[in-house]
Amino acid sequence: MHKQEYTITVYTENQVGLLNRIAIIFSRRKINIESLNTSPSEVDSVHRFTIVINETEEVVRKLCRQIEKQVEVLKAYFNTNDEIVWQELALYKVPTDVIAEHVKVERLLSQHGAKAVVIRKDYTVFEVAGHREETDNFIKVLEPYGLIEFVRSARVAIIKSSDGFHNKLKEFERREPSEEVIENEFLDKNEEVFSM
Amino acid sequence: MSVLEAKSEIKTQKPEVRSISGSLAVMEAMIAEGVKTIFGYPGGAIMPIYDALYDYHDQLQHILVRHEQGAIHAAQGFARASGKTGVVFATSGPGATNLVTGLADAMIDSTPVVCITGQVFAHLLGTDAFQETDVVNITTPVTKWNYQVTDANEIPHVLAKAFYIAGSGRPGPVLIDITKNAQLQLFEYAGYEKCDHVRSYRPAPIVRREYVEEAARLINEAERPFVIFGQGVLLGKAEKEFKAFIEKAGIPSAWTIMGMSAIPTDHPLAVGMLGMHGNYGPNVLTNECDVLIAVGMRFDDRVTGRLDKYAKQAKVIHLDIDPAEIDKNVKTTVPVWGDCKETLPLLTSLVQSKVYPQWLQKFHDYMAKEQSVCIDPEMNPVGDVMSMGEVIKELNDLTKGDAIIVTDVGQHQMVACRYAKMNHSKSNITSGGLGTMGYALPASIGAAYGDPNRTVVAVIGDGGFQMTIQELGTIMQYKPKVKLLILNNNFLGMVRQWQQLFHEKRYSFVDIQSPDFVQVAKGYHINGQSINDRSQLRAALQTMLDYDGTYLLEVMVGKENNVFPMVPQGRGVAEIVLSKEEI
Repeated sequence: MHKQEYTITVYTENQVGLLNRIAIIFSRRKINIESLNTSPSEVDSVHRFTIVINETEEVVRKLCRQIEKQVEVLKAYFNTNDEIVWQELALYKVPTDVIAEHVKVERLLSQHGAKAVVIRKDYTVFEVAGHREETDNFIKVLEPYGLIEFVRSARVAIIKSSDGFHNKLKEFERREPSEEVIENEFLDKNEEVFSM
Repeated sequence: MSVLEAKSEIKTQKPEVRSISGSLAVMEAMIAEGVKTIFGYPGGAIMPIYDALYDYHDQLQHILVRHEQGAIHAAQGFARASGKTGVVFATSGPGATNLVTGLADAMIDSTPVVCITGQVFAHLLGTDAFQETDVVNITTPVTKWNYQVTDANEIPHVLAKAFYIAGSGRPGPVLIDITKNAQLQLFEYAGYEKCDHVRSYRPAPIVRREYVEEAARLINEAERPFVIFGQGVLLGKAEKEFKAFIEKAGIPSAWTIMGMSAIPTDHPLAVGMLGMHGNYGPNVLTNECDVLIAVGMRFDDRVTGRLDKYAKQAKVIHLDIDPAEIDKNVKTTVPVWGDCKETLPLLTSLVQSKVYPQWLQKFHDYMAKEQSVCIDPEMNPVGDVMSMGEVIKELNDLTKGDAIIVTDVGQHQMVACRYAKMNHSKSNITSGGLGTMGYALPASIGAAYGDPNRTVVAVIGDGGFQMTIQELGTIMQYKPKVKLLILNNNFLGMVRQWQQLFHEKRYSFVDIQSPDFVQVAKGYHINGQSINDRSQLRAALQTMLDYDGTYLLEVMVGKENNVFPMVPQGRGVAEIVLSKEEI
C-alpha cells in the first residue's frame, strides 16, 4: 500500500486536553501531522478537528480507530483528497513600493485568485485561498519582489458524501443507538470485511 | 395519581439540596459507588480529602501504603482479584507522578482503577507552585480517561463518569485531579447519580448477528480449529459462556498469560499457554490450525512472535470488545465485535457439537515431547540445587490449585504461569503487558482485600522484591494474610538468560545482591524462613500456607537455570525451541 495524503475529520466534545490526547496518537507512532485545524462544527457544542497526514490507508484506518477510542471523541472519518472539498488560506507580505513599481497588481491578483487584505505605504498583505499548489505558486510569483512574510493556515475540508453530524449526534445521545452509527465503517460493507 | 401523591413522589426523588465541601462529595461518591477499600498516601494538596476521610473511617477502609506506586499496584491487585474497580488516593506532584508506572500497567492490562490526585489551588496552576505538576498531561497516554476538577460543583458527575468509564467496556485506569480549592469549596450538593451513559463514549460495539453467523460457519467447516483466549473472558465475566462454547464446539484452547484461569488449567480442552515461554503445542500448532478463534485477546508480540510467520494458513476469527484491536496486529477474516459475554452464547448456539480427537492428540503429542525435554528436568532436577518449577509443583500439591497466584516479572513469573495449577477464575494476577518488576508485592496486598476468602501467594524474584520492598511496612501495619514466596536465584534471571543466549554470556549488571530477606521481614515483624535444601521444601511451604498471617518464604534456587521452551525474539511461533542447543 502506498502512502498518500489523507484528511482525517474528527467530531469531538469541546474539552480541554483533548487536543493533546489526539496529538499523541500520532506522535507515539512517529507520524508527522502535516496540518491540523480545530473549529466548531455544524452542531452546537460539537468540535471538529481536521488533520492531514501522509500515510497508507491501513495506518490511517488504525489511527482513526485509536482516535475514536478516546472517550471524548464522537467519530473519526478519513478521506482521500478526491473525497473532500478543501481549502487552505495563505497570507503574503510584500513591500508596497516594489510591488507597485514592478507588477500589474490587478492582473496578478486576478490570475491567482488573490486579494489584497491590507495595503499600507510600507507593505501590502495578499491573501490566497486554495489548494496547496495554488498557495505555493503564489510564493514563487512574489519571491522576486521581496516576500517579507508568508504563512499558510491549516486545511479545512468538507466531506463530499457527508450529511452532516446532526442526525448522528442524536443517535449518540440515545442509549441504544441504531446500527447506522456503528463504530466501524466496514460493518455495512461485508464484502470488504470478509477477507477470504 | 393524585396531586398529593405526585408531590410526595417528587419530594423523594429530589434529594434535599445541602451545602457540602468538595471533599465530602468525594466521600459520598465512594459510598455511592460501593467502594470499601482505598489505597493511598496523604500529602499537602489532598489534605482536605483526607480530612473528610477521617469521618468515614468506619465505612471506607484506607490502606496507607509506603509509596504511591504501591497504592496503585495494590488497587490493581484488588481489581483483578475482585472484578471491581480499585481506588487510589494520592497527593499532587511526586505523589501523582509515582502513580505513572501503575497507570501504564493498568492501561496495557485493561485494569479498572480510579485514581484521585490532589492538585494545587487552581489559581496556582502553571506557576510552578510547590508540588505542582501537570499530572493530567503526564498521564494522558496512560489513562483511559483523565480530568482536572477545579470547581466542586463538577465533583459528583465527574466521579460518576470516572467510575463508569473505568469499569465499563474495555476497562482501564482513570485519573481525576482535584485542585485544593475545589476540595475545600462548599457547593450545593444535590445527591450523587451514577453514570450509565456518556454520549461520546461507546463501551461496547453493537453485536452484529451476520458476523457471528459467518464465524459459526467457518468453525463448523473447520477441521483443525484452535481457540486462543485472553483476559477479555475474565473482564467480560464470561467464563461460563466461554466454557460452554469450547465444550460444545470441542475445540482445543490455549490461554495468553492474561487469560490464564478463565478455565481450569486441567480442563480436558485446555492445551496450555501461548507465547514466548508458553507451551510447545499451542505455539507450533498455531501455524497448523485452519481456523484460529481469538477471544478477548490482542495478539501481543510476545504471543505472536514474528507476525509475518504467524498463522498465515489460518482463517482468523477475532472476538473483541475494542474495535481498535481488530486487524491491529493480525488481519482478521471475520471480526466479531462486541462483549464476549453476549457474542459467545450466540456463537455457541450456532456451532455444531463436535470433537476433534486427532487434532487434540497432536497437542498432547507435543506436550509429551515438552514434558520429557523441558518439564521433567525442571520438576526433578539433577543435583541438590532446587529449580523454580519444583517449588511451584509442591505448591500446587498443597494448594490443590485453589490459591490466587500473584507473580512479579521475570523467570519466576514464566515458571509460575507455566506450571501453576488453577481451578478458579481470577487466580492469576500478574503484570502481563507492561512487565512491571515490583508489581507482585503490592498487588498481592490488594488481592488479599479484593478476595479475602482466598489464599494469596505472591511469587516474586529477588530483583522484583527489592523494587517495592517498602510495602512490607504496609503488610506490617494492616496484616493482610499474604504468602510471600521469594524464588531467589541471586540474579536478574531473565535478563541473564538473554545475555547467555544472545549476548555471548556477557553478564552485564545482572549479578544483583540481596539483603537477608528473612531479617528484613523480621524487622517489619513478619515471620519467615529461608531454605536451600530440597528436603525442607514441602514442610516450609506447608508452614507458609498454614501460618495465620503474612509469611515470607525464601527458596534458594539454581543460579543459572533457564526457562524453556522459548520463541526467540524475531522468530515465528513455530520456531519455538525446547533447549538452548536449538537456538
